Amino acid sequence: MNKQSNILVIDDESVIIDGVVKICSLENYSIDTALNVTAAIDKISKKYYSIIICDIMMPDGDGFQILNELQKRNIDSALIMMTGYSTVENAVNSLYRGAIDFIPKPFTVDELLSSIYRANKYQQINKKQKQSLIKDQKNELYYVDCPAKYYRLGHSSWLFEERDGSVLIGVCDFFLATIDSVAEIEFLDLENEVAQGISCLTIKSRDERIHKIHSPVSGRIIDVNKNLKLVSNLIEKDPYFEGWVYRVIPHDLGYEIKNLVPCSSDRMQIRT
Amino acid sequence: MLFKKIGFRLIFAVALTSLVIIGVFAYFNITSQSSSLISEVERHANQLGETVISSTRFDMMLNQRDRIQQTINSIGTQPQIRDVRIINKIGEIIYSSDSKNINKMVDKRAESCYACHSEDQPLEQISITERTRIFKIHPDSNRVLGIITPIYNETSCWQANCHAHPKNQKVLGVLDVSISLAEVDNAIITRELEIVIFAIVAIIAVGLLIAFFVRRWVSNPVNDLLNATLQVSQGNLNYAIKDLSDDEIGKLGSSFNNMTKKLAEARMQLFQSDKMASLGRLAAGVAHEINNPLTGVLTYSSFLLKRTKDNPELQEDLNIIVRETIRSREIVKSLLDFARQSVPRKSNANLNEIIDKAIIVVEKQLSVKKIKIIRKSENNLPPITVDSNQIQQVFINLFVNASDAIGKDGGTITIVKKQISLSPFGVAQIKKASCPKRHSLIDNDFKIDGLPALKVKVVSAGNGGIIHLDPVYGKHRNHYYPGVKIDKETKFVCPDCDTSLVQPDKSCPQCGAPVLAFEISGQGVYEVCSSENSNWEKWDFVDSSGLKEYIEIRISDTGCGISKDDLPKIFEPFFSTKGQKGTGLGLAVIWGIIDNHNGTISVESEEEKGTTFIIRLPLTQQK
Repeated sequence: MNKQSNILVIDDESVIIDGVVKICSLENYSIDTALNVTAAIDKISKKYYSIIICDIMMPDGDGFQILNELQKRNIDSALIMMTGYSTVENAVNSLYRGAIDFIPKPFTVDELLSSIYRANKYQQINKKQKQSLIKDQKNELYYVDCPAKYYRLGHSSWLFEERDGSVLIGVCDFFLATIDSVAEIEFLDLENEVAQGISCLTIKSRDERIHKIHSPVSGRIIDVNKNLKLVSNLIEKDPYFEGWVYRVIPHDLGYEIKNLVPCSSDRMQIRT
Repeated sequence: MLFKKIGFRLIFAVALTSLVIIGVFAYFNITSQSSSLISEVERHANQLGETVISSTRFDMMLNQRDRIQQTINSIGTQPQIRDVRIINKIGEIIYSSDSKNINKMVDKRAESCYACHSEDQPLEQISITERTRIFKIHPDSNRVLGIITPIYNETSCWQANCHAHPKNQKVLGVLDVSISLAEVDNAIITRELEIVIFAIVAIIAVGLLIAFFVRRWVSNPVNDLLNATLQVSQGNLNYAIKDLSDDEIGKLGSSFNNMTKKLAEARMQLFQSDKMASLGRLAAGVAHEINNPLTGVLTYSSFLLKRTKDNPELQEDLNIIVRETIRSREIVKSLLDFARQSVPRKSNANLNEIIDKAIIVVEKQLSVKKIKIIRKSENNLPPITVDSNQIQQVFINLFVNASDAIGKDGGTITIVKKQISLSPFGVAQIKKASCPKRHSLIDNDFKIDGLPALKVKVVSAGNGGIIHLDPVYGKHRNHYYPGVKIDKETKFVCPDCDTSLVQPDKSCPQCGAPVLAFEISGQGVYEVCSSENSNWEKWDFVDSSGLKEYIEIRISDTGCGISKDDLPKIFEPFFSTKGQKGTGLGLAVIWGIIDNHNGTISVESEEEKGTTFIIRLPLTQQK
């Protein structure tokens, strides 16, 4: 598919590295590996990787060090964190600090491939956007930023706090832009609990990939947007207003909101 | 050692007090008694003196000295009278009942004479007390009372024929009567002895009485208290003081019991949360360690699955590996979810299918042990809203436990399912409650049996605080605090806005106390009596919604059973009877899963006969 994308896999377990290498070879990505943080930083400094897949906990450091390193060197690699369940909070935090996605271990081939697919798309969109900025001196619209007063978890889901204390949850347009058009949405039922960083929605795209969306907040679902089932493409047409997904009573919004990016800051960044 | 006992000190103090009181009483009693006895003797002696003088007067007039001597002698023979003497002006004893003394001179400076002869010129008129003297002849002889009666000169004396006395003489001589006080002294000693005996008896009696009451009212309750504190300090927090009296010590005991109970609850909670914390750490560690190998299995198997699309036979087997690995992933996750007390992902499911799947997993193990599974089920059980993976986990764990309990000799596991209806009383949970101004009254920081409690601010004269009410309708495990006093003036208000929560014009039908009302959004009003001692509560919405439908699953085995001591502990994390073989997490996880489904799990067991686990799951989840 895209032979340009080269991927760096960082994990201290070679069985996982081998697995990831095998999976990536299915889709013809070129791939490099590192068994620890030091080796990874060494490789990053020598070569540009479009996508980095990194375990969050390693013997000589953690994934955050890689993130810091990328930011320090101003490298725009897309970083995907691999995590155990015990480190969901860390994973969510890594999204806040610039990782574009995380996949909970253990994962299936499809889960990993769709995450890589999205990362790849993400890089393409970013590249196009930069090029259009240089070329035309104007910001061509590849995706719609989430409105001010919204909060987002990485680039996948958004949250809007309503006056009555409940919150609306939806999918960010950037996320939708990184996948093929939506074919099917699988919802959780009413009264189910969602947890921050745990998948709350599954989108099947037309290319049969399965994309899981991490919930931006923990809480109980009190309403599901029925219109999404009735009106096709509603989530893509109006992802921030009519295309909301769940209404949730949050458990501890004050604490969890610290891991979310305020969307108003996105607009600031574009202007400056 | 003895003196360190409060009872002994009290008895000692009381005995000392009564000793002083009785001593003072006895002293004054004896003093007054002996002085009245002495004055009686004095009066008697005085009278005797007068009598002697008047009876000898006639003989004196006639100057018949023999007869005078005879009279005196005969008086002197009376037993108490020691001596009767008449002494003339110059100090010579002229008559005496003791004939040896006659004609002897008395020293005027001697004690008997001193009263009058202390001056050069003797006194002529002196009072009776001055005429009286008490003395001892020898230091060890009896006391003697002597009284002197002066014999005054009279007309008839100096006109008498004998002309013995001149006219100008005023006092002719004295009559000295000495009376032995032996009897009086004996009486006084007897009296003293009596009083001493009385005092001793009284002190002992008072001491015993006080000892009895002190023991009954002070020592025993204090010892009970002391024993209780000892027990508590040794860690036995289940100890409660029995037979509490209604006095201050009784109240102390009851507040001690209360304190111990609270302490036990707090310790239990601490213990539980401590265990939960260690479970969380363990689970997190296990999850991280297991996730890596699991990732290997899952990536490779799903990779193979992708690679072998043209080999349906292989695909089938690989699908099983992938499916089961995903299930393992869910199990690890549910372990973590349990540690975090999170709620399952529910969807409509068929219980029969879940049980089928669970049986397939353990089938081999059961057939090796010759265990038969018998299934009984009501027809047409409706689908149930559960997390299939978690419930399957519950059944697998229970089957494995049952087969462990049955052992090698074989037996049966019976699964009985039926639909039952239960009153929501004691089950329905208040999840949202607000004051009239729409402030939430759910306290997420304070949980009763794991569920966030209702909070109510209590304001009464001088103090106030928060009380917590049980969120489960009908359970009434409310938390009041000893520092928060509740009386008629007490106000019950919303902690946020101080709006009263008391239902006007209504009082508890059981005790008449004010009734608190909570608005449950969309589910009417929940009312509860404000008093700690009443358990009246009412939730019309739930009551009127009628009985709630449950599916009851009873899983019975013919195994070794669970001992009575172990029975209350089996759902606690890390409790295991399997030693090294078990982690003690199985039933704790099961309990967590069932609880997260708003269901209940209970156990009945008889040793050597078998165990039955009863699971009740609500057909529809509470909204």
